[in-house]
Amino acid sequence: MARYIPPEQNKAGQILDIAVVVVAIFVALWLPLKLGLAGAAKSIDPLDAKTWDALGQNATMASIWEKLGYTPETAHDIIQNRFHYIIDWPTLIIMAIVLIAYFVFLFRASDKEYREVINEKFDDK
Amino acid sequence: MTAAVETGQTVIHGDRVSLLRVLGPAHVWALGVGIVLVGEFTGWNFSADKGGALAALIVCWIVGLLYTSVAMIDSEVTSTVAAAGGQYAQAKHIVGPLMAFNVALFLVFAYTMLEVSDAILLGDTIVAKAGVEGLTHNSFIAATIVVLAWLNYRGVLMTLNVNFVITAIAYVSIVILFFSVSPWTQGAVLKLNELVTPGNALPYGWIGVIAAFQFGIWYYLGIEGTTQAAEEVRSPARSLPYGTMAGMITLLIAAAMTWYVCASLMPWEYLGITYYPLWDAGKLTGSPLLENLLFIATLLAALASANGCINDAARAWFSLGRDRYLPSWFSAVHPKYRTPYRSILFLLPIALAFAFIADLNQAITFSILSGVLQYTFMSINIMMFRRKWPLGTIRRGYTHPFHPLPAIVLFCLCMVTFFAIFLGFGSQLIAMTVFYFLISLWFHFYRYKFVRRGDQFSMPWPKPQGY
Repeated sequence: MARYIPPEQNKAGQILDIAVVVVAIFVALWLPLKLGLAGAAKSIDPLDAKTWDALGQNATMASIWEKLGYTPETAHDIIQNRFHYIIDWPTLIIMAIVLIAYFVFLFRASDKEYREVINEKFDDK
Repeated sequence: MTAAVETGQTVIHGDRVSLLRVLGPAHVWALGVGIVLVGEFTGWNFSADKGGALAALIVCWIVGLLYTSVAMIDSEVTSTVAAAGGQYAQAKHIVGPLMAFNVALFLVFAYTMLEVSDAILLGDTIVAKAGVEGLTHNSFIAATIVVLAWLNYRGVLMTLNVNFVITAIAYVSIVILFFSVSPWTQGAVLKLNELVTPGNALPYGWIGVIAAFQFGIWYYLGIEGTTQAAEEVRSPARSLPYGTMAGMITLLIAAAMTWYVCASLMPWEYLGITYYPLWDAGKLTGSPLLENLLFIATLLAALASANGCINDAARAWFSLGRDRYLPSWFSAVHPKYRTPYRSILFLLPIALAFAFIADLNQAITFSILSGVLQYTFMSINIMMFRRKWPLGTIRRGYTHPFHPLPAIVLFCLCMVTFFAIFLGFGSQLIAMTVFYFLISLWFHFYRYKFVRRGDQFSMPWPKPQGY
């Protein structure tokens, strides 16, 4: 197999490639934050009676909350702020498809490139 | 393939200046544990928020199993493929260039976002301790990232010597806390039976346990970073398995002690939301000495972790430049300090930017996402490694036992963790996977043309079976 000679990349091309990668990193990480997509569904289940007992805290728990500087009123929003786990099936299926498609492409395309590497490496010998 | 010529402690590839082989097993331990130990000081406790105190303990053990598999697999492959970039170099030799490109990005994202989380933790801890109205964490975050980048710029040996000392102090503080609260006696200081009751142990049931996997990863995330030093250790075949496995044992002990003390000192609702569980534990003992010790240890753990993360992310980025997967400008080694200084400097503003726009658990999730993608790769990678070069065909520094059980366990636990991330950050996971997909298309159809094909395989191995 003929040895592959890659083209030399000029400075402008290198700068452009760096810019592409930086922009991609920021879009992937920053955009979900900006769009408010990051974070689990948590909401407060309010209680009318704000007492340690109503909040499900025994005497030991109550004494620790107080040691930490909380009262039943101030601890209410922490204790009653709960996850509501609901499986959103369409999103789960989309996630599974995206992940599987990504890994399938990754391994197939890598294998194609790897065969070129192996052929050139071992045909030289 | 460039000829590597050993000249004392200096390795020269052809006429290119290369990295120094100066590190021993203690440095490998310090790199791995230094990166991870901060997970005991913050982050793991968010798993209690997700599923309750008992869920945090269950995932501590199960995720410990995941990371034991990671350490076993990593030790075998890295002790055989000893090159800078760790898992990146493994992917290059076993799967192919595109996979290697992706793995390097997983590493860079995981470590840079972990560094961001460390800096945020450090800033928030100082602000909380100062208790001064109007004081924000921004200047502390910026100072942390910039000073540590400078330290990394100046040299790997000094960086990891510093890490060894501060990691050891942080670790000892957990041990001191553990023995100071009479762990063998319940009721005096620790009140586990009254805080974790049958009624509140699993407040969301088993779905909460699965959801807790997301932050359970944080107990150990980064231990695989030991492999990044492969090209800078004096004896990779000995130092890497020894340092990694010793690190994993250290962390399993620290995680168990941390859970036991914290779950016995504070209600799970508070434990799940605090940024400083160990510092709070110190406060709740009523001892000013322990409180101040744990405050300092929290800062040191964050510093050690950020320090190791800069080291690892820069080496992964450097490797991409050296192999022309990214512009070769990144592959420069500093002529005096012998560090990948351009990669260190390039990643600095990215870390700073995200430290100011993300909050702590978002940054942690970014890091976890890239970590889990990488572990999924590792479970498949070891199967391919054993198939392409069966035992006896090449010299391995270490051969892990029970193959393929660790790989299967690792793969299954990664799937569970993906589901756990879906329960909280599904959109984020999809967005990041789409990003990796698009950047892979860019690499495969455009950037790969700049890569020298045969040079991607530099190990003195026979042709892989099946090719």
